[in-house]
Amino acid sequence: MSNETPPKSALREFLGNLVSAPGRIYRAAFRTGTPTTDRTRSNFIFQNVFLHLHAVRTHRWSLRWSTTMGLGIAALAAFLITLVTGILLMCYYKPSPEDAYNSIKDIHFIVPTGRFIRNIHRWAANIMVITVILHMARVFFTAAYRKPREFNWLIGMGLLVTTLGLSFTGYLLPWDQLAYWAITIGANIAQSPREVTDALNITASFDPGGMQRQLLLGSDVVGEEALIRFNLLHVMVLPLLLSALLAVHFWRIRKDGGLTRPEDADKLLGPPPADTYPVFTEAPQKTYHLAAIVRGRTPAVNQAPENTIPSMPHLFYAELGVFMLTVLVCVGLAMFLNAPLKELANPSVPENPAKAPWYFLGLQELVSFSAFMGGTGIPAIVLIGLGLIPFLDREQRGTGEWFGGPGGWPLVKQAIAVGSAATLLVETIAIRFGWLREWFPHIPQLVITFVNPGTIIASIYAVYSIWLVKRYNSARAGALGLFTCFLCGFLILTAIGTYFRGPNWDFYWSPAQWPKH
Amino acid sequence: MSETSNHAGSRLDPEPIPRRDFLGLSSLGAMCASLIFAGVGIFRLPKAAVLSSPSKKFKVALPESLPAGQGFTPPGRSVALFRDEEGVYAISLVCTHLGCIVKSAPEGFECPCHGSRFAADGAVAKGPAPRALPWLQVSGAGVEYLVDEDATVPPGTKVKA
Ligand code: HEM
Ligand code: FES
Repeated sequence: MSNETPPKSALREFLGNLVSAPGRIYRAAFRTGTPTTDRTRSNFIFQNVFLHLHAVRTHRWSLRWSTTMGLGIAALAAFLITLVTGILLMCYYKPSPEDAYNSIKDIHFIVPTGRFIRNIHRWAANIMVITVILHMARVFFTAAYRKPREFNWLIGMGLLVTTLGLSFTGYLLPWDQLAYWAITIGANIAQSPREVTDALNITASFDPGGMQRQLLLGSDVVGEEALIRFNLLHVMVLPLLLSALLAVHFWRIRKDGGLTRPEDADKLLGPPPADTYPVFTEAPQKTYHLAAIVRGRTPAVNQAPENTIPSMPHLFYAELGVFMLTVLVCVGLAMFLNAPLKELANPSVPENPAKAPWYFLGLQELVSFSAFMGGTGIPAIVLIGLGLIPFLDREQRGTGEWFGGPGGWPLVKQAIAVGSAATLLVETIAIRFGWLREWFPHIPQLVITFVNPGTIIASIYAVYSIWLVKRYNSARAGALGLFTCFLCGFLILTAIGTYFRGPNWDFYWSPAQWPKH
Repeated sequence: MSETSNHAGSRLDPEPIPRRDFLGLSSLGAMCASLIFAGVGIFRLPKAAVLSSPSKKFKVALPESLPAGQGFTPPGRSVALFRDEEGVYAISLVCTHLGCIVKSAPEGFECPCHGSRFAADGAVAKGPAPRALPWLQVSGAGVEYLVDEDATVPPGTKVKA
């Protein structure tokens, strides 16, 4: 408030501000300037709420193609694509039995780009399922679930179940024959604990199956209530749940010290190749110093930072590359392959064959022997078994290596052979000769529930893995065997359900042989 | 207690369960209990008390000429009605496996979804169906009958035509 400088005209200042506003807005949005120095590269990351999920520097091991194959990012990209296309589809979709089918038809045939967007949504959803399964397999085979990542493995299980739930709930929404009968079967699978309670004659007083089904459908038939509930789950509950789980998943990766790498990763990698740019713009004078609150193995603790490189650009460009590739694949598939739409749902004539989404066809194959075991028992055993892996395998050997641990790749090859042979053998017997009900028509249902192709295949896997644990004196060897077997079983049963089952769920060598009706 | 009471409150040798902790723990326990109660109670709403599905009882007029052993299915229902010398009876067409609608076949019924087969009286002839197709309650006489899809009767129960 001194009188020495004459007061500037407020009007001129206002005009000056107006002129420089665009530049200031730009600098407010892009606060950190061009990321060209160590400092601006770091600021680029931790001044941005989304990017700061990443560390400023990334270990070179994490960036190797063979470490992740980009599968986690591809799954995330597919999820984001379904979000965007899903919102677009919701502009026209009407969740009521009278309108649902016609609104999908409108989207498919009338709305500009409607079919294209619907196709992308379908394909992205399928790709998400595939990449999540492959991502889980890569985490398993590189033993990346071990301490301290046990909890993140469990979060991953939650992500797997939520992903499958999203796909399944979406399957009903078109309200066509395919949707209607797949959901009828799915809802009755939720009710399948009745197979056991009925056999024990306690359904009247204790009926968890009926309860589950009723909660899912809001009724005792697949109708309006079911459609509203599935829509609610599909467009709101499950996406929110998945997003919350993803936030935890990514946060845990940071807190667990980045991605898993072998103890001797630095030795294996050697120094960065000469053409790696940038590593440092100004070589550090001191080793990195981290505040005492950071615990555990962040990239730079306890070691020289030589083998970390700036996340901007190295990590981000890699992630963007995977993202663009996923978009390309989804859009490419959507251009040429249309999402299916059958006739309007008809509750009195089942689609024949009535097939669930492809990733459930392995289970449907098992369900065709026992509803409870195929639909509830075996999936529960698999999920519990997967969840227990990091707590049973507490070994150190092979962490961060593909097929790491005793036995390694030769063991996995053997497990592929054993797992496939067991599955094919039992399936062949069941397809060729039928099962217990045909041989002994009066056999009690409980016997079939516990002795059927599904449980027999699972038991062979279990016995084989226990043998592996003894043979190699290592829990990891058993886990490798079991996981490989289950993967083979999943693939083979899914293939049988998809390609070799026709009308009446009979076996056919090819759809060309299906009887015409 | 008399010996330790000198030190009561000392950080080095605290009371086993100080009163403050006890109160704290009980309120924590009460909170957990009420959260669990609320969590379970939440499911009271989505568990429908009144089902929106159409009535399970329906009237049906049998066609004059219905050969014995051939079923008649009223439109929109998943029930087959039969008439023979002993009377009229109804068999549910909802597969006991996973709820597809079975079709009549030469020797009984077959299910398109996972290949279950049933004999003409509903008994399971081929898996995976765990139970026979239930027989439903039929009442009435003459041409018009009342069928109750919720009430099952022992197989073989027929009402005199
Ligand atoms: C929607 C599903 C999922 C998404 C989007 C996702 C995303 C990611 C991403 C981006 C990473 C970083 C490394 C990489 O790309 O491999 C990662 C790591 C990890 N994921 Fe997932 N994930 C999902 C599901 C799962 C599942 C099903 C599991 C296992 C049951 C799992 C377990 C893990 C573990 C343990 C890590 C740390 C790996 C390491 O330290 O090397 N995730 N996830
Ligand atoms: S629903 Fe009839 S066999 Fe599965």
